[in-house]
Amino acid sequence: MELHEMTAWELAGYLHTGEVSAEQTVQACYDRIDAVEDNVRAFLTLTPEMAFDRARQIDELRASGEQLPATAGIPIAQKDLLCTDGVPTTCGSKILENFVPPYNATVIQRCRDAGMIMIGKTNLDEFAMGSSTENSAFQITGNPWDLNCVPGGSSGGSAAAVAAGEATTALGSDTGGSIRQPASLCGLVGVKPTYGRVSRYGLIAYASSLDQIGPLCKDVRDAALLMNVISGRDPMDATSADIPVPDFTGTLHTDIKGRKGGIAHELLYGEGIDPAVRETIEQAVEQLSCLGVEFEDVAMPHAEYSLPCYYIIAPAECSSNLARYDGVRYGHRTDEPATDIYDLFAKSRAEAFGPEVRLRIIKGTYVLSAGYYDAYYLKALKVRTLIKSDFDKAFEDYDFLICPTSPTVAFKIGEKADDPLAMKLADICTIPVNLAGIPALSVPCGFVDGLPVGMQLMGAPFSEDTLLQVAYAYEQSTDWHKQRPGL
Amino acid sequence: MPEVTLDEVRHVAELARMALSDEELERVRRELNRIMDYFAELQQLDTEGIGDTSHAIPMTDVYRQDEIGDSLPAAKIVQNAPDSIENFFRVPTFMEEE
Repeated sequence: MELHEMTAWELAGYLHTGEVSAEQTVQACYDRIDAVEDNVRAFLTLTPEMAFDRARQIDELRASGEQLPATAGIPIAQKDLLCTDGVPTTCGSKILENFVPPYNATVIQRCRDAGMIMIGKTNLDEFAMGSSTENSAFQITGNPWDLNCVPGGSSGGSAAAVAAGEATTALGSDTGGSIRQPASLCGLVGVKPTYGRVSRYGLIAYASSLDQIGPLCKDVRDAALLMNVISGRDPMDATSADIPVPDFTGTLHTDIKGRKGGIAHELLYGEGIDPAVRETIEQAVEQLSCLGVEFEDVAMPHAEYSLPCYYIIAPAECSSNLARYDGVRYGHRTDEPATDIYDLFAKSRAEAFGPEVRLRIIKGTYVLSAGYYDAYYLKALKVRTLIKSDFDKAFEDYDFLICPTSPTVAFKIGEKADDPLAMKLADICTIPVNLAGIPALSVPCGFVDGLPVGMQLMGAPFSEDTLLQVAYAYEQSTDWHKQRPGL
Repeated sequence: MPEVTLDEVRHVAELARMALSDEELERVRRELNRIMDYFAELQQLDTEGIGDTSHAIPMTDVYRQDEIGDSLPAAKIVQNAPDSIENFFRVPTFMEEE
């Protein structure tokens, strides 16, 4: 097997014994990028100079007998909304085209401290607003399984980079499905941790009560490895949870016999789920049953309200978070003459935000404006309580819930671009999870028309270890995760 | 449900500090009416006596020692400004003429 095809834990083994150097792992990524990036277009910025410097440093440390973390020398791609000290961070937006953060996001620093080597920054829907990465101000990313299809979004660049072998692993962020849906569409494992499990410090905010950072990986073991690196309390993020972090790789082999699984009825049999995708999930349920999981149907009566609820709450938080872009302290400033300071703000913002971002800011401002706040925003927050209570109730009886990650496989580039409602339906299975703050992951479970299908496992708050165990047991009994796109 | 008017959109765009063309004001108006549809869907649910969830995971205030730490270097921050002078952000002068 070639280096660019290996998982992080496979590479870690070779790095540990010295059979492979960190410099070779980095070289393998850039060779692969030379070969396929013109077609995949996953990266907005590449950082070869930094990467090779760091790789040589790690190789020297290892040669000198230094004890290094298991992940030392593993290449990683970072979504371009994670702040990287001295490396441009655009958020896929013209407004931050020239922004160079003066500090590292906590997850970037943790990856660095764990010896991981950043290959570059990946493409995304502008400010993470989208489900196809087509909303990027800079480029369209192709799905390595079919370059005419989208990789999903908003972490589409991270997903495409890992699926194409341009990076061994990647981080993304997930506000309504932005890690899990691209992981599903690109045949990867993607984890949306519990709200608060991972520090958001240095993650450029979209909707602060929903955003979480998580890994996109080639298999479950890699996802556990990455979760060990990025999880845990951070004094720089007051919403990061002060809760012990289990050893996710150490507990991976736990037997799942006798675990109770709930089939999230409305999210599997509801409107909009492609019948072929549904069938694939049913087969996965059967496979898990063979492994000893006991399944029952679970009603999620409020799940259908997730979309309207999300499309009030997310824009509301977005309008507040994105108020900071005023063309004064950083970001784009208009060259047009302005009549006063407000005119300067308004022109700068309208020029540099893309159409979807402008729209969500206006929507959010509207639902928060005087006279509408109670009727719209507060109502949505109450419905959020009902959606969350469906999950709370389910987790009294079940260890996890299962449904598809995405209602369809990857769709064609441009196919849904002019159909906002169809695009939003891409997230029907993933959005309830963010509203409830719970952890969920997507794991490959088959193919429809040659394109990957992912199943979503959802758990009670801070039960990522259980979800990873179930996903690992399933994965080890199948070989979906060993398939690679024929780029 | 009453339709959102163009004047309302203009007002909201002003609140959001967003200079929109007439064409876009109309696009936004249509999209805002879609929010009304969402609202209508949510209205079907009885939420009498239901609390609101702004954060899904319960959290209490987090305290820390009030200690002086290192600040980011001002020069590095100002580098990102569209216009600056020394370590200050510079904006155009707007003076009302008599």
